[in-house]
Amino acid sequence: MTAETATGTGMEKKQPKRKRNHTGATHLAGYVFISPWLIGFLLLTLWPIAQSFYLSFTEYSLLEDPVWTGMDNYAKILSSDATFTKSLSVTFLFVLFSVPLKLFFSLMVALALNKSIRGMNIYRTAIYFPSLIGGSIAVAALWRNMFGLDGYINQVLAWFGIEGVGWISNPDTSLGTLILLNTWQFGSTMVIFLAGLKQVPQELYESASVDGAGKVRKFISITLPMLSPVMFFNLVLGIIGSFQTFTSAFIITKGGPINSTYMYAMFLYEKAFKHYQMGYASALAWILLTIVAVLTIINFMASRYWVFYESDGGKTK
Amino acid sequence: MSSLRSKLTNHLFLAAFSFLMLYPVIWWAGASLKKTEELSLPTLWPSTPMWSNYWKGWHFSSEYTFAHFFSNTLLMELGNVLGGVATAAIVAYGFGRLNFKLRGFWFSILLLTMMLPGQVTVVPQYILFNKLGFVDSYVPLVLPHFFGGGAFFIFLLVQFIRGIPRDLDEAATIDGASVYGIFLRVILPLLKPALVTVAIFTFIWSWDDFFAQVLYLSSVDKFTVGLALRMFIDQFDIQWGQLLAMSLLSIFPSVIIFFLAQKHFVEGIATTGLKG
Repeated sequence: MTAETATGTGMEKKQPKRKRNHTGATHLAGYVFISPWLIGFLLLTLWPIAQSFYLSFTEYSLLEDPVWTGMDNYAKILSSDATFTKSLSVTFLFVLFSVPLKLFFSLMVALALNKSIRGMNIYRTAIYFPSLIGGSIAVAALWRNMFGLDGYINQVLAWFGIEGVGWISNPDTSLGTLILLNTWQFGSTMVIFLAGLKQVPQELYESASVDGAGKVRKFISITLPMLSPVMFFNLVLGIIGSFQTFTSAFIITKGGPINSTYMYAMFLYEKAFKHYQMGYASALAWILLTIVAVLTIINFMASRYWVFYESDGGKTK
Repeated sequence: MSSLRSKLTNHLFLAAFSFLMLYPVIWWAGASLKKTEELSLPTLWPSTPMWSNYWKGWHFSSEYTFAHFFSNTLLMELGNVLGGVATAAIVAYGFGRLNFKLRGFWFSILLLTMMLPGQVTVVPQYILFNKLGFVDSYVPLVLPHFFGGGAFFIFLLVQFIRGIPRDLDEAATIDGASVYGIFLRVILPLLKPALVTVAIFTFIWSWDDFFAQVLYLSSVDKFTVGLALRMFIDQFDIQWGQLLAMSLLSIFPSVIIFFLAQKHFVEGIATTGLKG
């Protein structure tokens, strides 16, 4: 009896599928098409994640086989590694300032650029230009020169009678200099805001005008809520990206002076590829992943209270 | 009257702001022609332009000229762009058009990988490439681009493909085309503008991807432009004029490509605008 019912349900399941006669072929074709990504994901993402997790419980110098040490790496990092505490607090400070600054700045610029006036393309290109080159080592070199003790910035300040400091060599200002460089590269965030602004229906503004709403009122009641999904996207990716800042600290300040710009990504890089402590570095990576994951989850939970989706149907959950 | 005035204020504000944003770049061009003594002066342009900064900077390394580093980087870029464009289109078609088991699951995994910090995978990846004997070669830099070109680009192309009307696919199916035929003859030609975007951003981002380059390339012979600049910076006595000259040259390829592509974008928008 049970065998019969089993085959019976099997038959029933097959029936609706038969309507599309090449289902099996499309299943296969689907996997054929996504196979480049799938292979890459398994080989260069999933397997490394698993291995990194394993290595974080070992001591490994590349030359000999990994030695299992249990929670030792984590215990050492969390209890007695002063450099860890320093680099984590530097990175938190960097994220705390650079993410909101960049969001605010790029939103303001996007608003200014979202007008139909002649020559707008030229302005857009000019304003986007620093972001095009911003992450490169060339700009890091430029920045290092401009913010030096007798660099360009201090010369300009001298005109106004202000005596500058060595912005990069002074531990009080070095991190601020890197935050400024990060903010200067607001282009891609701004472009996403601009795309979001273009999708706000004009009728909303028009009917608000009829109701007598002013500019500020329109901005608060229409623009901001309509932009909140884009804002959320930029916020989440901005936080994740800022936690991984590397090149600017590596080239401009080399983490100094007195570790005032020793970003977490640089700390991890040096542990792994300068001191060849692969196990220790993997544990650092997992701590970073945990922090970023927790912040992202908090972000997603908090988004319910401030991110506004136009319709419940359609693309959003 | 008032609209004219507000237009004028807009123009003034935008022009001033553009100038402010570009000012460091303008200063950079001037500084690349300055003598060392003149660099600390706030003047924009040197009294006598030192064109020799470019010549000397180009030859700063006793072994190689920058021509060598540029051709290294362009060779790497060729692989990256080809790999990214070809495989991103294939994968995106799979996700965007075909129905297969666990498609939703794999697509959410793809989106999730966009949020994964690279630090988690970098150590095991390095160990893997080290075991295979690929450290100090371009393989670790180029190969990853052949696996779909990156989650972001796949996502971008999937969105684009979803915007292509399905009637076209159905018409081709009636004509007897298989899914592979539809991909090659219907979707791929329409994807062209989106693929140009993928190519441009792959180029610019891998040009600037300093982390991977510093990690995997160690012999000067294989250095990219970025690594050559770093070697320049780490010299005992930095010749800033020459360094800034070479830095400025190093951004040229990205800038040229950006401007060429901008024209392409504008044309694309213009033609679709005419139709609609």
